[in-house]
Amino acid sequence: MAKTVVLERKPLSFSERTYLPQIATGLKTTFSNMFKPKVTLQYPEEKPVIPKNYRGVPTLVKDPNGREKCVSCQLCEFVCPPKAIRITPGSVPEDQDDREHVEKAPQEFEINMLRCIYCGYCQEVCPEEAIFLQDEYSSSGFTREEMINNKEKLYELGGTLPDRHYKWDKKKEAETDGNTH
Amino acid sequence: MNAVDLLFWLFAVLSVGGGLFMVFSRHPVSAAMFMIVSLVGVAALFVLLESFFLAILQVLVYAGAVMVLFLFIIMLLDVGPEAGKRKLSHFKTGIFGILATFLLVGILLILGNSYDSLALDQSIWPELSESKDGGASQGLPFSTKVSSFGYGLMTKYMLPIQVSGFMLLAAMVGVIILSKKTPAREDVK
Amino acid sequence: MMEWMPQGLWFEVCLKVFFAFMMVGAVMTMAGYSVLAERKVSAWMQGRVGPNRTVLPFVEYIPILGPILQKLGMFQPLADGLKFLFKEEIVPGHVNKFYYYLAPLIALVPALTTMTVLPFGQLYWDDGTVSTLALADLEVGILFVFAVSSLGVYGIALAGWSSNSKYSFLGGIRSSAQMISYELAMGLSLLPVFLWVCAPGSSESGLSLSAIANSQSGGAWLFLVQPLSALIFLIALFAETNRLPFDMPESETDLVGGFHTEYGSFKFGIFFVAEYAHIVIGSAIFTVLFLGGWHFLPFIEDPWPANWIGSLLGVGWFLAKTIFLIFFFIWVRWTLPRFRYDQVMNLGWSKLLPLALVNLIVYLLIVTVIDQNAAANL
Repeated sequence: MAKTVVLERKPLSFSERTYLPQIATGLKTTFSNMFKPKVTLQYPEEKPVIPKNYRGVPTLVKDPNGREKCVSCQLCEFVCPPKAIRITPGSVPEDQDDREHVEKAPQEFEINMLRCIYCGYCQEVCPEEAIFLQDEYSSSGFTREEMINNKEKLYELGGTLPDRHYKWDKKKEAETDGNTH
Repeated sequence: MNAVDLLFWLFAVLSVGGGLFMVFSRHPVSAAMFMIVSLVGVAALFVLLESFFLAILQVLVYAGAVMVLFLFIIMLLDVGPEAGKRKLSHFKTGIFGILATFLLVGILLILGNSYDSLALDQSIWPELSESKDGGASQGLPFSTKVSSFGYGLMTKYMLPIQVSGFMLLAAMVGVIILSKKTPAREDVK
Repeated sequence: MMEWMPQGLWFEVCLKVFFAFMMVGAVMTMAGYSVLAERKVSAWMQGRVGPNRTVLPFVEYIPILGPILQKLGMFQPLADGLKFLFKEEIVPGHVNKFYYYLAPLIALVPALTTMTVLPFGQLYWDDGTVSTLALADLEVGILFVFAVSSLGVYGIALAGWSSNSKYSFLGGIRSSAQMISYELAMGLSLLPVFLWVCAPGSSESGLSLSAIANSQSGGAWLFLVQPLSALIFLIALFAETNRLPFDMPESETDLVGGFHTEYGSFKFGIFFVAEYAHIVIGSAIFTVLFLGGWHFLPFIEDPWPANWIGSLLGVGWFLAKTIFLIFFFIWVRWTLPRFRYDQVMNLGWSKLLPLALVNLIVYLLIVTVIDQNAAANL
């Protein structure tokens, strides 16, 4: 066992016992603080820098060609712990030739922001990398209905993200080369 | 009736009424508050007599310090309106009532007499404020100035002030001895 | 039939009432802006910017001045006051209604009454006479201040008691004990000051505030002559105004909000304003007593001319000192932590009171020696 050394505390001097010099020092510190640069962010005008891996509002993104990525597999709907996501599956519109390889597309995609807990499971589980929790953090509304983000709103929030895989492009390439799987 | 008279009646009613309400109010806190009203009314009467020093001492000592302690104790003990319900016996009440009546009648008689003599003969209560030497001929300069109060207390009334000071000291020593905790047996050793 | 009131008296009474309203207006404005100053200074000391958004619609468009006023939050007190006024009045069901409503008034009235004897400048007349600017320059001014401010404790004690809640009650009890304790040290610390100024042979006698201020003209400020008295008085002033480090009555961390826990909306606002009015008056009285009042600097005669310009400059100088002291109050609040309750009592009774007594005796001896020497030299 380590030997314990008990140090004698020096008795306080008279000036220390009056506390007045200490108070003066404290006053000096606070006074000098008055002239230091302020750290306040003037929020609505200035926004904080959002870190790369921030988990903000979940959004739907389009691929670099501007096409819908979501294939309405509903994995996110199943994984969502608070059951905030509701997808109504539908088919891809006939007139979209460049998406004929995709079987399904969401007819409606709703995320209830009053339920969402920003866990990011939907982003993790999405096989198409269609749903992302991006840097948007301020969502507000006057009614409960307003707080349910529909598909249109989700795409508006999400925009287009640079895609690293171009999965469907590769598939289509392979298909045209006669090398399916 | 002029403005000063009106003020006099206002404050007189305030002080007497405050006193009456103090006696008759059920709740100790209300009684204390009415007593403060009464004391402040008396202070205001002193102001009408241009005796600011007395008025301020009245407020400072009685309203400001004594009554705060009263209120403090009332609140700490949490005595409600029920506290005053315990009745004195009729015999005791009667005796105190008769005594109080005698006192009141006596005071009224003395006051009435002196008022008559004041009206008849001005020299008994001379107009002090107008005397040229400030009352120095009576052995004591009379004015409502603080300095003359101090002068009086340090010369003519030296003995009373010493005696009352000594009494207060004795009271204080008594309180300290009474409230001092006797150490428990284990602590003495 | 006796005349109701002489003609001249009417005019005088009306004039006094007018002056009283002016004075109340000035002090209340200062109290309101002290709240702003508190918020601003605390913000600056903590590296924040403080209130800087409130602005009146038309002031916004004044080119340079408008944004500056907005940045300084000059309209914040207005917004705060209106907020208090328009908030919902919530009265808890368990309170003693009468005293619950009475308490804020009792707290505010003494705070506003003390200002009647507060001298704040001098008026130089054309014929060379000088009169003090005050609502009533009483001979017993300082005693009046003590007497009336000692009534302020009723507001807090009643608020605590009538709220019928343990936190409020503890706050009220603490504050009454604290104010009684520190009144003693406060009074005792001022005795040497008056002994010094009204020493035998001096032209002054009595307890007038204006005489104290004038005695410091061109000479040493009493703060330099009696530093210990000034220190004790200042500490007691902090305790009497319930400012941190002595804000026992409301200490948020242990008593929720102290005596005003159960108060809301405008009733709380009145407590709030009363507290700051106390600070304003307390600062002004400290200025008069120890910082030379409206006189320039120690050992320097007033540099301003003896006319209305001089009067104005004197009042301005007095205000500047008072504002500095208000700043000091705020500055100390955001520097020092709160005392524990037993520490407050310990400091008051076993440190400040003996110290004030020793201070009194020492100055008593000094004044006696000076007096004896003067008598011997005669």
